Amino acid sequence: MMDTIAPTQREAATASVSGSDLGPEPAWLQSLREKAKMRLGEIGFPTTALEEWRFTNVAPLQQWALHAASPAARRIGRADIEPFLLARDGYCLVFVDGQFRQDLSNLPSQGASLKAGSLHSYWNAEGRELENNLGRHAHFDENYFTALNTAGFQDGAFVAAVANAIVEQPIQLLYVAASERPHAVVHARNLLVAHHSSSLKIIETYASLTDAPHFTNAVTEVVLGPDARLEHCKLQNENENAFHISWTQAVQARNSRWLSHSIATGARLARNQIQTLLNSEGAEGVLNGLYFARGQQLIDHHTVVDHAQPRCESHEFYYGILSDRAHGVFNGKIFVRQDAQKTNAKQTNRNLVLSETALINTKPQLEIFADDVKCTHGATVGQLNEEALFYLRARGIGVDLARRMLVRAFANDAVERITLAAVRQHLEKLLSARFEGLNTSVSSHGQ
Amino acid sequence: MLEIRNLCAGVDGKEILKGLNLTVKAGEIHAIMGPNGSGKSTLAQVLAGRGDYEVSKGSVMFNGASLLELKPEERARAGVFLAFQYPVEIPGVNSTVFLKAALNECRKARGQEELDAVEFLALVKKKTKLLELDQSLLGRAVNEGFSGGEKKRNEIFQMAILEPKLAILDETDSGLDIDALRVVSDGVNKLHGPDNAALVITHYQRLLDYIVPDYVHVLVHGQIVKTGGKELALELEKRGYDWILEGAAKNGKP
Repeated sequence: MMDTIAPTQREAATASVSGSDLGPEPAWLQSLREKAKMRLGEIGFPTTALEEWRFTNVAPLQQWALHAASPAARRIGRADIEPFLLARDGYCLVFVDGQFRQDLSNLPSQGASLKAGSLHSYWNAEGRELENNLGRHAHFDENYFTALNTAGFQDGAFVAAVANAIVEQPIQLLYVAASERPHAVVHARNLLVAHHSSSLKIIETYASLTDAPHFTNAVTEVVLGPDARLEHCKLQNENENAFHISWTQAVQARNSRWLSHSIATGARLARNQIQTLLNSEGAEGVLNGLYFARGQQLIDHHTVVDHAQPRCESHEFYYGILSDRAHGVFNGKIFVRQDAQKTNAKQTNRNLVLSETALINTKPQLEIFADDVKCTHGATVGQLNEEALFYLRARGIGVDLARRMLVRAFANDAVERITLAAVRQHLEKLLSARFEGLNTSVSSHGQ
Repeated sequence: MLEIRNLCAGVDGKEILKGLNLTVKAGEIHAIMGPNGSGKSTLAQVLAGRGDYEVSKGSVMFNGASLLELKPEERARAGVFLAFQYPVEIPGVNSTVFLKAALNECRKARGQEELDAVEFLALVKKKTKLLELDQSLLGRAVNEGFSGGEKKRNEIFQMAILEPKLAILDETDSGLDIDALRVVSDGVNKLHGPDNAALVITHYQRLLDYIVPDYVHVLVHGQIVKTGGKELALELEKRGYDWILEGAAKNGKP
């Protein structure tokens, strides 16, 4: 069955490439795409027989007749995307059904210190930077969806801060799916580069304008030079018929600091692969996340922190809230290579399970080859605290509100770790709406 | 106000209250004393409506309504307040947000207008003064990181805000130093009036120097075996519980 479907995937990928009217691509990219295309058939579509995909069944995607969306894109205006913008006059790069919309975007003035725009607009001006980075960090050798993205991505965002540039204002990358026709696919591709001693703040948002099932396959490469700092929030709130698969790969140089947040509330099935390679001494990676799944949603995070060099630090806090029949998956890998002495790695995954039918599979995975290291990990799965619930009710607060307050408190812990105020405010609103409809009715015994 | 008849209740299949009778009228303060394990805290929990406790027999009428049929939040809104022996820390839930929600739920149920943020803060200011409570505590999560004394003071502060008809103080004196005891007692006394009542559960007579009861009941093995005036507490302080236990045994009670 796999063999009959894989060609469809390839066709979709190919179609979107040849269907793009964005002008010629550089030779190195064409050759990269060819390699990815070839690799695609060799890897094969992932099944639950693979350890990495054990709990996350992407087979339904194979039944979809994927097509590259476009017709709806023209009708989408500023008012449609307004609700997803974190700051009214903030910098944003807007992609509708994968197509860059300059008219809806608000690009920073193109000074010497900051570059931000669509990949296509930079093929010539930043040819070397793109060639040196695109596809060099998010390897597609072993990953079907990354290969598919590399072979077929239409466009995406390129943001780079030159050495010593401190960019205070966050830049939002907004991907909205607008196609009313089911089974549109978007292969989003982003490259974020913070050069030596620079600082960047990126908010990567995925949302849907319709309820039509669609497929987002995103790959984001993040490159941090020495002493660079990059704060990176990924907000995924696509409709609950969508499939969302993403791969975020960071590479960190000496003393760089990457703060990653993954906030996942959307999609029928979401798989986030978030990885960092701590590639030089003194680098620090912070990987935080909050997944909040309801109904029949499945939200999967696979994180990899690769301590390749000595004296690096990593801190990881992932929080999960699962209600109804939702399914959460968390897999946190920490590699400490032989040379990576004095590593300090910490991982925590806390889950709140609100119904008897919700499910969480959590697995820390530490592989340590150095001897002088400090690594801790912990995973918890729990229900609402009955003592706290009774205390609130004994003061007159109804059981539903009391439960929502406690779930909210749990989520706040994750939200407070986000350093970007605009994201926190946006999340407050998003979570409030979610809590209004939260079904907590089977979470607790008692009266 | 409160009429408890032949109340039998327990937890995990073990009967703790074995036919308890008690009548409390508006304006009265009743003290319940007794040795450890006699059922004092069980009584408080059952009245507040904790789900872990099962009532097997008896009735509790509160201002004409059957209390046992109400959910914990309905009891609170009807005017029952339990000051917890061990106030629960609730990380992530802001004290002010919590208390404003609680007050407005109670006001709604009583047909009163909800208070807005400004009105609520004015009320808080007034009541924190009464309890000599550090107002900065209210910016923190509910009871989180509070000292033992702060937690107990916070219980009485909540009581001051919610203005219940029946206050049940479950060993509020335990873990309090003498200054805190005085502040907490002052608070309780100031809040006491002809329209409300208090049930003061305590192991020691000490608290009753500050909160003077109209009646003192001795609870032994799940029953009230002796009732007297405030002088009974002094006698218990002097002679302990043994003489009452012996008396109860002689009368054929367990």
